Amino acid sequence: MSKTIQTLDWRIQPAHLHPPYTSSIKRAPNHALVPLAHTLSELTGPVYGHSSLQELDNDLTRNAIKNGEPLGERMVVTGRVLDEYGRPVRNALLEVWQANAAGRYIHLRDQHPAPLDPNFNGAGRVLTDNDGAYSFTTIKPGAYPWRNHHNAWRPAHIHFSVFGRNFLERMVTQMFFPGDPLLPFDPIYNGIPDAAARARLISHFDLELTKPEWALGYRFDIVLAGSLCTPFERDGDDDEH
Amino acid sequence: MNTEDSSLQTASQTVGPFFHNALIRDGDNILVNLQTRGEQLWLRGCVFDGEGQAIPDAMLEIWQADAAGIFNHESDPQHAQADPNFTGFGRSATDANGAYWFRTIKPGARETTSHINVHLFMRGLLIHLVTRIYFDDQTENSSDPVLNALEPGRQKSLISTREAAPDGTTYRFDIHMQGELETVFFDV
Repeated sequence: MSKTIQTLDWRIQPAHLHPPYTSSIKRAPNHALVPLAHTLSELTGPVYGHSSLQELDNDLTRNAIKNGEPLGERMVVTGRVLDEYGRPVRNALLEVWQANAAGRYIHLRDQHPAPLDPNFNGAGRVLTDNDGAYSFTTIKPGAYPWRNHHNAWRPAHIHFSVFGRNFLERMVTQMFFPGDPLLPFDPIYNGIPDAAARARLISHFDLELTKPEWALGYRFDIVLAGSLCTPFERDGDDDEH
Repeated sequence: MNTEDSSLQTASQTVGPFFHNALIRDGDNILVNLQTRGEQLWLRGCVFDGEGQAIPDAMLEIWQADAAGIFNHESDPQHAQADPNFTGFGRSATDANGAYWFRTIKPGARETTSHINVHLFMRGLLIHLVTRIYFDDQTENSSDPVLNALEPGRQKSLISTREAAPDGTTYRFDIHMQGELETVFFDV
């Protein structure tokens, strides 16, 4: 059962060392990664089901309300989680986190002098359905400064953590917004070597998805690496373990 | 790698420094309960950068088989016999001293030498890293094909060391991102 096909396409994936992103300099390994033949360790992984979630986990505009609604542009983010054959990945757990509309995270280490929003904690979770689709409601995050270089600002983004069907399909990424003028200056975004792969991290505004007089709609699909080196799964197997 | 019928994989981005509120919950690093089969142990260690400084904003995820070597996942042909009191998944952030810990059990050896699989995330890593934790009291380590394929001297970076601790059996596993002790990371 051992295979030596590598999961990650390094023409698409960022290298660990990307000197313009200064935090990578002392944290990226110096040795080359060692190829690993796949065993059950890599072909299995944690399994999630609806019991993993609570009712308001997919609505960041409501899951932290104390005395009112969070400030900012309300939006719905929808998309599909697919494998490299274009097949839906069901029961994928997505964890999302983001700054508030003013560009501030709830975090001790975030010292940006922008206001916290008492009604927004910027964290949510959602599970994909049988079509691999997910949807959550939030407010549009603000840009914020960081200390990577002089006058460095992160483009507005939402962090995504995804658990696919096995250890290989684990993925963490960020979703950006169309037309953001900060993208060309962001060393994190530009750590991705391929222009088309960078562009795929930019969500699409979608009027069809937009809810009249309520929320803007953005679409963001995710393709998990890993399926090209794992066996096809049985269709129609909805067991949750 | 991709064929005409395939979709192109999404690029990774860093987990950044601000993930704790969303990703870290009390108890995520305790994989066992009173009914879990196997000897319970502490897995403890620190994560260090290239200057030997502790990394206070890393996150480790571990994935492992149960005490009988069975994974709680349908791709394991024996998963019906998996310990119902053990999912095999845990998550720990490092603290201000770069330290993490898990409460778990030693996975049973079945097709491979006993080991725990690790995903490592942190600010500064645009894409996560994969490593493995072996145990220094497993004699099968000397015949493990993964360990034996490594450059001489690098094996020890993957082998945790058993220590007597007042609160029970402890295996220590430090992670070094760079330097003489640099941990082996895998391209899976």
